[in-house]
Amino acid sequence: MSTTNQHASGEESPDEHETALAAVEARVQAGLRKRTARARRAALGYPILVVVVIGLLWEYGTRAAGVPPFILPPPSLIAQSLAAHWGLLLNNGWATLVEILLGFGLSVVVGVPLAMALFLWPAFSRSVYPLLVSSQAVPKVAVAPLFVVWFGFGLLPKVLIAFLIAFFPIVINTAVGLESIEREKILLARSMGLSALDTFFKIRLPSALPTVFGGMKIAITLAVVGAVVGEFVGGEEGLGYVLLTANGSMDTPLLFAGVIALTVVGVALYLLVELAERLAIPHAALRQQARGGDTA
Amino acid sequence: MQMAAAMAPSGQVTDEVLIDIDRVTQVYASAGGAVRALDRVSMQARRGEFISIVGPSGCGKSTLMMIAAGLLPASDGTVRVGGRVVDRPQTDLGIVFQSPVLLEWRTALENVMLQAEARRLPAADAERRARSLLAAVGLAGFEHKYPHELSGGMRQRVSICRALVHTPPQLLMDEPFGALDALTRDQLVLDLQELWQSERMTVLFVTHSIAEAVFLSDRIIVMTPRPGRIAREIVVDLPRPRTLAMRDSAVFHAVSREITDFFLEQGVLRERAAGLSR
Ligand SMILES: Nc1ncnc2c1ncn2[C@@H]1O[C@H](COP(=O)(O)OP(=O)(O)O)[C@@H](O)[C@H]1O
Ligand SMILES: [Mg+2]
Repeated sequence: MSTTNQHASGEESPDEHETALAAVEARVQAGLRKRTARARRAALGYPILVVVVIGLLWEYGTRAAGVPPFILPPPSLIAQSLAAHWGLLLNNGWATLVEILLGFGLSVVVGVPLAMALFLWPAFSRSVYPLLVSSQAVPKVAVAPLFVVWFGFGLLPKVLIAFLIAFFPIVINTAVGLESIEREKILLARSMGLSALDTFFKIRLPSALPTVFGGMKIAITLAVVGAVVGEFVGGEEGLGYVLLTANGSMDTPLLFAGVIALTVVGVALYLLVELAERLAIPHAALRQQARGGDTA
Repeated sequence: MQMAAAMAPSGQVTDEVLIDIDRVTQVYASAGGAVRALDRVSMQARRGEFISIVGPSGCGKSTLMMIAAGLLPASDGTVRVGGRVVDRPQTDLGIVFQSPVLLEWRTALENVMLQAEARRLPAADAERRARSLLAAVGLAGFEHKYPHELSGGMRQRVSICRALVHTPPQLLMDEPFGALDALTRDQLVLDLQELWQSERMTVLFVTHSIAEAVFLSDRIIVMTPRPGRIAREIVVDLPRPRTLAMRDSAVFHAVSREITDFFLEQGVLRERAAGLSR
C-alpha cells in the first residue's frame, strides 16, 4: 500500500500519510465494532424485555381481574408448578425425547434413501411419487388411534407417528435438492469422465445438503408434534401424557409447565439439527444461501 | 510443453485438422413449434489453433459448443475429433462455462484437482501442475480459499485451471468472461493468451465481444442470427503475443469493422432506433 503513495498530496511524507489513513481506518473499524455489539445486545435484550413485560402484565392482570388459576394461572404459579414437578417433567420429558429422536432418526434413515431412489429410478418415482404426495392428504393425527390398535400402548406407535409426520419434508427436500443442481455441474462431470456413482456422491449429494438440512429442520419440529399426538392417543408416560392427566385433574399450572418442558425439548432438538448442519456444511456463507433458499 | 517446443514460436498452427464439424444441424422440439438453432454448420479447427465464434444471442453458439463436446447429440450432421466421430460426451477436453461452476465446498486447489481425481491422474504430479496453473493466472496464495472467498474473476480463473490441469488437446469456452467487468476481462484475456501460448491447445472460444475475439483469435467465425449459419471466417493477421496496444492497430480495426458491418447489415446492430424520428 505505502509504496503507491508517491502521488499522495503535497508535503506530508508517506509515513505521515499512512498514519493518518490508519487513524481513519481505526475509527471506522471501531464504529463497526460498536454497532455490532449494540445489535447483539438488542437481539438478546429486546426479546427478554418483551417477555418480562408480558409476564408482568399476565401476573398482575390475572390477579387484578380475579381470573381463576385453573383458567389462566399467573406465571408465578406456573413457576411453582415447574419447581414442584421437576422430577416428573424430567422423567416424562426423557420418554418423549426418546420417541422424538427415534421417529426423527427413522424418518432420516428412510426418507433420504427413498428420495435417492426416487431420483435415481424414474419408473419408481413415477409410480411412488404421486402416492407419496396424495398420502399427505391423509391427516396423520387421525391414523394415530389405528396405530394404537395395531401396536399397543408402548414406544412403537409413538415413534411411528412421529416418523410418519416427519419424513415427508425430508423426502421432498432431499428429492428437490438432488433435482435442482446446476445443469453445468453435471455437464462438467460428464466431460471429466466422472462415473455416475462419483457424480452422485461427489457432486450431486453435497450440492443437495443445504436443502436436505432445511427439510430436517422442519422434520424435527414435526416429530415433536407426532410424539405428543401418539402420547395423547394412548400411553402411560411422556409429556403428552402429563398434559393429558394435568388436563383431567384441572391442574392448569402443570399443563403450562408441561408445555414449557415440551418447548424446551423442541428448541433443544432444533439446535441439535443446526449443530449437525454446521458440522456438515462448515461454511456459514453456504448455509445462509440455503436458508434463503428454503424460505422461497 | 513438449508440443510448444515442437511448434514455431510465432504461433503457427499445424495443418492437422483436430475438430471437424460437418454440416451440423440442430432443431429443438418445443411445444410452441420446432426451434431451428443451427443450420448446416461446417467448420474445422486445426491443432493448436485459437478460434473464436461470434454471433448474436440465441444464434446457437452454446448449442454448437455442446454438440462439439458430445454433450448434446446433433439433430443432423457429424462432429469428428482427431478423425473419430463424436457420439458420446468427449472426455479429452476442458470446458469453461460462463459461470465458474465450482463446487462450493472445495477450495480453489481442490476444485482444480477434481478433474485429476475424476481421471485418476497421479495425485502428486497433478497437484504440482494445478498449483503452477493457479500461479500462472495470479492465484498463488489463494489455493486454499473457498469459492465464496474469491472474486468473480478469480473464480473464473480457477475454472480455467480446472479445464487445463489434465493438459487436454482442446479447450472449449462458452462466453467465459461474459459476467466480468471490463478490466477483469482484459486481464483474463491476457492470461488466457499466455496459457494458450505455453499449452498450445486448440481453443474454441464463444464470445459476444468482437474485441475479445479479434485480440485472441487466429480465426474468427461469424454466425448469423438464428438459425445459426456460418457467415464469415476471418483470419486475424496480427503477430503473437498480442499486446493491448495492438487494439489500436489498423489490422485490429479492419477486422472489428468487418464484423461490426456484418452485424449492421444483418440487423443485429442498428445505428438508429426505428421508431424515433427527429
Ligand atoms: N433445450 C432447448 N429447447 C428449446 N430451445 C432451445 C433449447 N436450448 C436452446 N434453445 C434455443 O436455441 C437457440 C440457440 O440457443 P443457444 O445455443 O443457447 O444460443 P447462444 O448460445 O448463441 O445464445 C435459442 O433460440 C434458444 O432459445
Ligand atoms: Mg450461449
